[in-house]
Amino acid sequence: MTVFFYIAALIAILSTVLVVTRANVVHALIYMVISLLATAVMFFIVGAPFMAALEIMIYAGAIMVLFVFVIMMLNLGAKGVEQEKEWLSASGWIIPALFSFVLLAEVVYLIVASPVSPLAGKMVPPKEVGYSLFTTYLLGVELAAVLLLAGIVGAYHLARKKKHVVHRFLQSKGADE
Amino acid sequence: MSEISLNTGLIIASILFFTGFLGVMIRRNILFMLISVEIMLNAAGLAFVFAGARWHAPDGQIMLIFILTMAAAEVAVGLALMIQVYQKFKTLDSDAVSNMRG
Repeated sequence: MTVFFYIAALIAILSTVLVVTRANVVHALIYMVISLLATAVMFFIVGAPFMAALEIMIYAGAIMVLFVFVIMMLNLGAKGVEQEKEWLSASGWIIPALFSFVLLAEVVYLIVASPVSPLAGKMVPPKEVGYSLFTTYLLGVELAAVLLLAGIVGAYHLARKKKHVVHRFLQSKGADE
Repeated sequence: MSEISLNTGLIIASILFFTGFLGVMIRRNILFMLISVEIMLNAAGLAFVFAGARWHAPDGQIMLIFILTMAAAEVAVGLALMIQVYQKFKTLDSDAVSNMRG
C-alpha cells in the first residue's frame, strides 16, 4: 500500500506541474483531472474512502466539467494557444518560480525538522464522518448551504447577458437600422 | 519509506500548494489562474485529510467537505465573471482588467 501511495503522490505532483505549464487549456484540464484522481487514490490509502469518492464526483466530475463547458463557450482555439505561448516567456516566470521555490524549501525544511509522526492507517468510516458532520458541525453545514445559494444567485446574475436598454423617447422608428 | 508518515503527507501537500501558487503568479490567462486556485484549495484539503488521518478523527474529512463546497461556489462565480470579462474585452488577459473603468 505504501508503494501505491508514493506512486500516486508522484503522479499528482507531476501532473500538477504539467497543468501549470501547459499552453492549451483543454490539455491542462485533462492533467488536472489526472492529478485529482491521484489525490483520490491517496485519500483512499490514507483511510478516507468517502473523501476519495467525493473528490472524484465533485472535483473531477462537476467542477472540471464546468470548466470544460466554459472553454467550449469561449471557443479559444489555436489562436489562444499561440497567445498563451507568447505570454509564458521565461523572463516572466523565472523570478516568481525562484522565490516560491525558496518558500517551499523553507516549509519542507520545517516539516522535516519536526518529529516524525506515523499515520494511523485505520479507516475513518463514512458513518462516523456523517455523524460528526450533522452534530458538531451542523452550523457549518447550514452556512455552506447559504454559501451555495449565494454562489448560484451570483453566477446567474453575473453570467447573464446585459440587455442594451434605450429610453423609449430615444427610440425612433428608424433607429434599428 | 516503510510507513507513510504525516510529514511525508504534509510535504506532498505543500509541494502541490506551491505549484498552484506559482501558477497563479506566472500565468496571465484568467482561466489558468482559476485552475491554479483550485490546485491550491485541493492541496489544503489534502493536508486536512492527512492531519485527520493522523489523529484518527473525522474532523479533517469534514473540513475537506467544506472546502469542496467553497470551491464549487467559487468556481461558479469566478467563471461567470470570466465570461463577462471575455465578452467585454475579447481577451482573457488579466492585465486587460487592471483599470476599473466601470
